[in-house]
This record gives sequence, structure tokens and C-alpha cells, in this order.
Amino acid sequence: MTLLERFSTRKTFGHGIHPIAHKEATAELAIRRLPFAKQMIVPLAQHLGAPAKAIVSVGQEVVRGEPIAEPGGFVSVPMHSPVTGVVKSVDRLVATSSGPKTPAIIIDTYAASDQKVLFEGAVDIWQLTPKKLVHAIQDSGMVGLGGAAFPSHVKLLPPKGMSIDKVIINGCECEPYLTCDHRIMLEYTDKIILGIQMVMAAVAAKRAIIGVEDNKSDAFEMIQSKLPKDGSISCELVETKYPQGAEKMLINSLLNKEVPSGGIPAEIGVAVYNVGTMAQLGDLLPQSRGLIERVVTVSGYGVNKPGNYLVPIGTPLRFVLEQVGLKDDFSKIIMGGPMMGMTTASLDVAITKGVSGVVVLAPQSFENEKPQAYPCIKCGACLSACPISLNPSMLGQLAMVRDYGTMEGGYHLNDCFECGCCTYVCPSNLPLTQYFRIAKAINRKIKVKEL
Amino acid sequence: MDELTSNLIAIGFMAGLGLILASILVLANKRLFVYEDPRIDDVEELLPAANCGACGSPGCRPFAEGLIDGTFEPSQCTVNAKESIQNIANYLGVDAGEANKRVARVACAGGNHVALIRASYKGLNSCRGAALVSGGGKGCVWGCLGMGDCGAVCDFDAITMDDYGLPIVDEEKCTACGNCVDICPKDLFELHSIEHQLFVACKNLEKGKETETECEVVCTACERCVVDSPEELITTSNNLAVINYEKNSLASPIAVNRCPTGAIVWFDNKGGYRTGKAGKKIIRKEPLPIG
Repeated sequence: MTLLERFSTRKTFGHGIHPIAHKEATAELAIRRLPFAKQMIVPLAQHLGAPAKAIVSVGQEVVRGEPIAEPGGFVSVPMHSPVTGVVKSVDRLVATSSGPKTPAIIIDTYAASDQKVLFEGAVDIWQLTPKKLVHAIQDSGMVGLGGAAFPSHVKLLPPKGMSIDKVIINGCECEPYLTCDHRIMLEYTDKIILGIQMVMAAVAAKRAIIGVEDNKSDAFEMIQSKLPKDGSISCELVETKYPQGAEKMLINSLLNKEVPSGGIPAEIGVAVYNVGTMAQLGDLLPQSRGLIERVVTVSGYGVNKPGNYLVPIGTPLRFVLEQVGLKDDFSKIIMGGPMMGMTTASLDVAITKGVSGVVVLAPQSFENEKPQAYPCIKCGACLSACPISLNPSMLGQLAMVRDYGTMEGGYHLNDCFECGCCTYVCPSNLPLTQYFRIAKAINRKIKVKEL
Repeated sequence: MDELTSNLIAIGFMAGLGLILASILVLANKRLFVYEDPRIDDVEELLPAANCGACGSPGCRPFAEGLIDGTFEPSQCTVNAKESIQNIANYLGVDAGEANKRVARVACAGGNHVALIRASYKGLNSCRGAALVSGGGKGCVWGCLGMGDCGAVCDFDAITMDDYGLPIVDEEKCTACGNCVDICPKDLFELHSIEHQLFVACKNLEKGKETETECEVVCTACERCVVDSPEELITTSNNLAVINYEKNSLASPIAVNRCPTGAIVWFDNKGGYRTGKAGKKIIRKEPLPIG
């Protein structure tokens, strides 16, 4: 934290970067619904943790909102049918944007159906015990909609000896291009507040703080005007800076506390949720529905009609791009934001629960072609960019000599959450984040081998 | 005191100090002496000092210790020259043993002339890096990415990339140290006895004809090789043909000729392998277009 930041009233964390936001194309556009695709692809592993298990069979007719897969363990959630249709296959391997092919349920949509959600039943959520409320959250198939897709109910059941007294709601949306959370805050404000109250009831938390970056002051004012009068929920502006929306950075900004190295936010009594997750919870739980659609920002140079679209989960990416119109010249399609998202190699991947955006970037030109990497000049730019104060320069040099053990043991590699700040600022164009991802993958492989 | 006396005192003092310290060292050498078999050093001299770990011990010295106490046989060091192995055996008066030479084999035959590339990867020039970006862009997500991470980690220069972006293992140079097994992001390398000549060069877990659109030499689990394999030598599991190497003596090149795609190969142990009739049909020399 620089001296200037220390005296500033805006809450923030130390280090970080300021990438160009590119949000103007979609920030003013209201959320619109996309039509249903002819065929839906619902991968069974859309979330972190154990994949779900299919409970439907080939040829079975399913109704929109009907559960089609059950959780495969505690850290897992069920899946619900995004359309009324017939199950074509339950175990076909489909491409994913992360690489390996995973089994998915394929559903052919009934074109003539009115696509009403028939699987629902009103419940009085305030009568439920906290335990049942957590169960209801798992049954709704809810995962973190900010991008990590971590099952939401798991954060509400912290390990023994920890308890949650504060809930932090993440409305930062620091990734360039993405505006889905911004629109959700403006359009579904009441549902966000309702969702927060339910989560607070589930863990008996006394306080909830919504953090909103100060480039979204309209959303901040909208939330301020609808906050409950008892003062249990508050909304605060934080500095517009990347990666403000990272869980550990937002906790640091709002509470001035640090999550211990290798630890989870529950260790300091905090659970962090995305505003999109809260809006969906506020919508789904009172009707005991399942998560079947989400808001996705489709933006970037190569998109003819950029916007914030309500997309059924399982819609093939090819269909989404047909609807919004894809230009012929583009360089890559990124699932998620450009900083932490994954470039996809196939258009046959599905929009899953964790996809917050689809960004189609401009073709490679002389100005933005892949620059040549030069040796590290020890300028320290990465050190003053790394939000968790690691030493990316040293880590990068260790990666080049493949000393992955020292990276983990001596330089806290596992605390890196791959935000990409070091790669963004490096004047030698070193692919540092890529090195760290490789190092982590190899360390994981070695650990599995040793077991 | 004149200069001579002070010099004498200094010399005498230093000599005395040296004597005392030397006697402590002599004492320590007697008291704290650890007997080490002198043969360990001699045997270590005869080992290649590559510290590759192919024998199963952490390095050459632990292997030498193992040789002395009989836990290893000299031939288990696959890197060593035949004469050195015999020299060690003669020196220790033991049998050299008959270690089966093992080599690394690549379970992918889908070079860029037969396998479809969906998207071109631009970035860190390493398979590990490419695999992190949507699997690397190859149509078959199990297939070789062809950037040669395996060649870069091989300490014995046994792996080279061919014209189609596939690693070729030089069986003469390969010591089965396992470096390539660890580095490959797609887990394509397997260590095999050189006698395992029949080999399934594919890891595609998908079933059916559709998989052939992504690679022409894919194993589609058609089970033609299974039908006339003796005593369940070949079975299928996870949509792949699996060879039971316990029945390796029954293996013959018949299965290779049965394969309609050329996914099963027969290593001739002369540095190459041959495929069946179907595999020979592929005469394309140019890479497939990206799409």
C-alpha cells in the first residue's frame, strides 16, 4: 500500500493493476433472454468437487427444472434440466474449455413446448432451520457464479472450530469486458438482498457487507436505496482495481484482514459470495427451484450484438455465437474474462454454471501479436503488481530451471491464484502465470504419484 | 626480548597448538570411525554417474550400496555399458543377472498428417503450457501435442520429434528413467519391456466411428483384434484395446493386421514399428489444415 493509498478514503488492497475496462459496450444494456437451443449439453462436472451422477435414462422425457443428476458427494451439487425435452444420451463425452472431455447429459429440446418451469413449490424459507436451509441451497444446485463454480453450500458449513460471523458479497467485477454482475445489481437488487438474508440466516451471521467497485456508482446507489433498515447489511465502495474481485483481496479491502497462507476465508470468520449467486438464491429458494440459467456477458470485437444475456445452462457456445452474430475475423474466444478466463479450442463446449462471460477478441495484428519473451531484467514490476506479495520474478526463474519443489516449498507457489498481474506488467513479456500453472500441475501430479 | 626469541615463542606456540589439534583429530578418527565398505567406491567408479533413477534407487551411490548388499543385480542399471556390467559382476563375484531392457513407448500415433487440429495454439512453446489452454487445440484431447517437452527433459537424447510432430524413442539410447513419463501432460509415455512388441498406440476414450473424424489412427474399440486374440490376450476396457502383457508370449502381429485404423502397432525392436494394412494406406505427407 503506497502512502497515498493509506490516506485515501476509498477501501482497497495493496498492489494490483489497472487494465483497460472495455465495459462501455455492454454496461448500459439490460439483461435479455436468449432462445432455447435445439440441443442442450449439460456436463456432469460443471463445479469444483465430485461430478454429479445422472439419474435419468436415455429416451426419458424431462421437464424444465426437473433434477437430472444427483450430487456425487458433499462437495457436489445436483443438475436440473434447462429445457423440456427428451434425454438423448447420458454419458457422451463432450469438449470443455478446460481441456479434458467429460461426460454430459444431452437433451433434445421440444420445439413446441412452452418451456414452463413445472418443478417448483413455494416454501416459507424463514421457517426452515439453518441446517435445512443449507440443504435447500445444495438442492438448488447453486455454485459460485463468479467463475470458480465452488458449491455454495460448502462455504456455509465451515470445518470444525471455525464459525462465520460476516458475509461479504462480491460486486466488484474487476475483469475487463464483463458487465453481468453490474446489470444484476441494477436489475435484481431486491433478490440480491433476499439472497443475502437467507445466507445470513443459514450461518447466523450478524453482518453482511456488499463491496462494489467505484466505477459502478449507479449500482452502489441502487443497492443503498434498497438496503434493509436494521443496518445488518451495508454496501461499500472499493477502488476500481484488478483483482479487487478476488476473494482474498476483497476481504483485505473491506475488513483489513488477511486470510492466512494456504487457508480459507472461514478461518477469519468470513464467507464470500458473488452478487450473481445471491440474486439466483433469492430467486430460486422461495420457489424451491434449481439453477437452470445464468446471466452471461457476450462482448468483444468479434461480436455483432454484444450484451448481457440470460442463457439456459447447457446452451452450446456455437448457438450463443450464432444468436449474437460472430464476425469472420477474430483471434480467440475466451470463456470468462480476458484476465483469468480460458480460451476455448472448440465451439461445441456448453455454457456451464461457471461461465460469466464470452469474450471474442480482435484478430492478431502487428500491435497485439504475441510478443517475443526476453530474459528477466530484474525490474521488480511483477513484485509491485502481485496482490499477495509473492516474488513472481524468482518463481519464474525457478520455473525455467524446473525447480518446482523450491517454488512450492520456498516461495509460496500455492498461494498464487493465477490473477495474471505479473504477466500483464512484465516488460520482458515473460509468460509468468503460465509457468506457475504448469508448475502447479506438475506438483499435483507428483503428489498423486507419491500417494 | 629480541626479535629471535619472540619469533621462537610464536613458532613454538603454533607448533604446540597444531600438535594438540592434530591429536584431537587422530582421536576423533579412531573414536568416531565409521566403517564403509571400500568396494562401494570401486563399484561406483564403474557406474555411469547419470543419477537417472532408472534402477529404482535415488542415484548411483545408493545403487552401488545396494549391489554390495545384494538387493540389486548389476544389470539393473540399464544405462551402463555391457562391459561395465560384466566388470562389476566379476569384481563382486556375483551373477550379472538378466535384466530385461525397458524402453519408453508413446501411446499416440496421431501426428499432424492424420489428426485434426481444431485451433492453433500460440503461446509458451511447451506441451505443458498448451495443455492448459483448452487441452492444446488438438481435436483428440488425449493425443500428443507435439511440442517436444519429452525431448527436452530426456537426459540421454533418446527422444526426437519426427516430421509430423510425434516423439520417436531411440530404443538404443532409452534407459527407461521415466523423465518423459512425468513431464507429458497427456500421460502418453509408458515404460515397457523391450519384449512387449504388440502395443496400442492410442488413448482416446471415446467410442464409435465419430472419433475417426478427429484422428485417422484412433482406436475405436471395434474389438476386431479381440475376436481372434488367443486366450484373452487382448480385451477392451474404457473404449480402448488393452493388451494383457502377462500373456505376452502369445502376442503376434496378427492383431496389427486386424486393426482397421492402424492404432495397434508391432515394434520390430530394430528402431521402428509397423502397422497393419490400414495403417499403410495413409500416405499423406502434409499436415492437415486447421479447422
